[in-house]
Amino acid sequence: MALSRWLEQARAMPGAPGLRQVDVDASTWRDIAQDVAASGGRLLALWGGRGGDTDRKVAMVVLLPDGALVVTMALDRALERLPGIEDVFPSASRMQRALHDLTGIRSTDPDTRPWLRHAAWPGDVFPLATRELPTPPSRPIDDYAFVRVEGDGVHEIAVGPVHAGIIEPGHFRFSIVGEKVLRLEQRLGYVHKGIERRFTELPILAGHRLAARVSGDSAVAFSWAYCQALEGMAVARIPPRAAWLRALALELERCANHLGDLGALGNDAGFAFGLSQFMRLKEGWLRATERALGQRYLLDFVVPGGTSADLSDDGVTVLRQAARTVDLEARTLREIYEEHAGVRDRFLATGTVVPELAARLGLIGLAGRASGQAFDLRTDLPCEPYESLAVTKCVCDAGDVLARVTVRFDELLASLRVIETILRGLPAGHHAVVVHPPVVGSSGIGLIEGWRGPVAVALEAGPDGGIRRCHPHDPSWNNWPVLEHAVIGNIVPDFPLINKSFNLSYSGQDL
Amino acid sequence: MLKTLRQIAKVGIVTESPPAADEDLRIREALEQRIREVLGRALCIRQVDAGSCNGCELEIHALGNPIYNVESLGIRFVASPRHADLLLVTGPVSRHMEVALLRTYDATPDPKLVVAVGDCGACGGMFGTGYATTGPVSSVIPVDVIVPTMQPRIRNSSSPSAIVACVAGCSARAMRPRVLLGA
Repeated sequence: MALSRWLEQARAMPGAPGLRQVDVDASTWRDIAQDVAASGGRLLALWGGRGGDTDRKVAMVVLLPDGALVVTMALDRALERLPGIEDVFPSASRMQRALHDLTGIRSTDPDTRPWLRHAAWPGDVFPLATRELPTPPSRPIDDYAFVRVEGDGVHEIAVGPVHAGIIEPGHFRFSIVGEKVLRLEQRLGYVHKGIERRFTELPILAGHRLAARVSGDSAVAFSWAYCQALEGMAVARIPPRAAWLRALALELERCANHLGDLGALGNDAGFAFGLSQFMRLKEGWLRATERALGQRYLLDFVVPGGTSADLSDDGVTVLRQAARTVDLEARTLREIYEEHAGVRDRFLATGTVVPELAARLGLIGLAGRASGQAFDLRTDLPCEPYESLAVTKCVCDAGDVLARVTVRFDELLASLRVIETILRGLPAGHHAVVVHPPVVGSSGIGLIEGWRGPVAVALEAGPDGGIRRCHPHDPSWNNWPVLEHAVIGNIVPDFPLINKSFNLSYSGQDL
Repeated sequence: MLKTLRQIAKVGIVTESPPAADEDLRIREALEQRIREVLGRALCIRQVDAGSCNGCELEIHALGNPIYNVESLGIRFVASPRHADLLLVTGPVSRHMEVALLRTYDATPDPKLVVAVGDCGACGGMFGTGYATTGPVSSVIPVDVIVPTMQPRIRNSSSPSAIVACVAGCSARAMRPRVLLGA
């Protein structure tokens, strides 16, 4: 009800279909957040920019049941703080802390610990607000104020940043009694590479390549979201074939990741057979992808105006064959997983996030759908060609590891059907058109449902074909804090399994 | 159980022969001789992500799949640098990982080898050098071998066969010396 007053003021924004934008000021920033939450909407991303002391802007993207809304606000006075919305959207907390680390805009919320900043730059320097940065200290190291849990027999286990497997770096601090986890606190930011500042040094027509490398496992999702924003701003229409090829690439990426995860989940449950079988399928899948589109991982496939390669008739045959093989084999392996008592025992009721908690904390994407949060951009806010692909939304209410495995199996099989549909209906024509740099100061936001969840890229054009600001958002921002809740009451040895069932990105959130 | 066994029997062994060791990357003969003496038959690798986008990690993971099956070559990924002969490092090195990388290097017993993987590990890649990254792995620790990006189309990410070829080039006397070292 109350939300409608904002929607009436909102106007269309370039990028994702149905995207609308509304300006508010500091006195109504919290109101709109509360109205969004009351109408079942959820926070996706929150970021800011600063050109000088007079140009301090903050924006958030919220996903509504029937659309997406961008809320922007200019903070005028140098000392004015951003009204914190952590009580409305708990996932805002880390985004607000990162906002301060990078731009100096502080929120009114109580947790003022740095999030992305460790010791590579001093606390009074802001990489997105300062032209000249001081020389970083060599061997930067600092201390972080973890929350201490006290009581009889409570002790801590500190893990990371270098983990025991082939995993991205991050630090986990467990407070435990015996083998039971009382609390997990994450500390991330180890792979902060300064991506947002790096964007401002690139031509706007080349930024998609960096976007693809925000998180290498979601290269298609990020590069497509970037191009969607850019093409919207440049008022460029991509040929239908290009849109279909991008959807094909996105689904290939989804299947590759789901295959890898399903194997790793079996392995973490002590079933090495699952790992070798699924890794074999994944390798075949990547080889088919390479034969059809020229790359194993599609890091440089989505480009402004379309795609960098076309799909030949041979490619169609290769992919169709690969999809059929995986479909058949995945069904067999699913039966084996389902009938294996040991595997089932490890998956069931482990790392549970019930739907009420998931809704309260703002769990999104694949993990969200496994906890009853039935939202998928491909069906709820479809861009071309998804409106004509009839994607099945896969949802489960249990919220445990088993539910996240089930959603992966369901999505894998559904995605294979989508691939079949794309291969059958791929329109003829060009696979790319020329795109010119958009007008200086124009902005747009792309939204794409990657395999992990909704990916957003907010883009603002700068002078001379450059980028003034680009903020890529990975759904891991929203889901990492929920993992802290998912492990409460579980035993320490189940953590790797629970963590894998979420499989969140470090690079994607560390930026 | 029956289904599991049937699946195993049906699939059979899918491991491919490894690519020949990359001769250009073969480490100096004297050092190689020394490694043979010290390390014996196997090579233990500790992988360190020092700031990667996770793309190279996916390909390093693939080394363990039944098709590349590097364990059959005597190459094993270990959980601690204290058990490792070789550090396989992906980059660019973020400044926040600098100390962790140095400590990992220091914890690895001598003689040790360092292999930098991918464009970003070699030169910083698209991320370059900045307030948050020091760029190539060699900016923080000495690097012996760089795994090049083998397929020019797959920029910034090294393919599994490229990694095997390089690691095999460093490997002392693995299980199949004829294949690995061209002996």
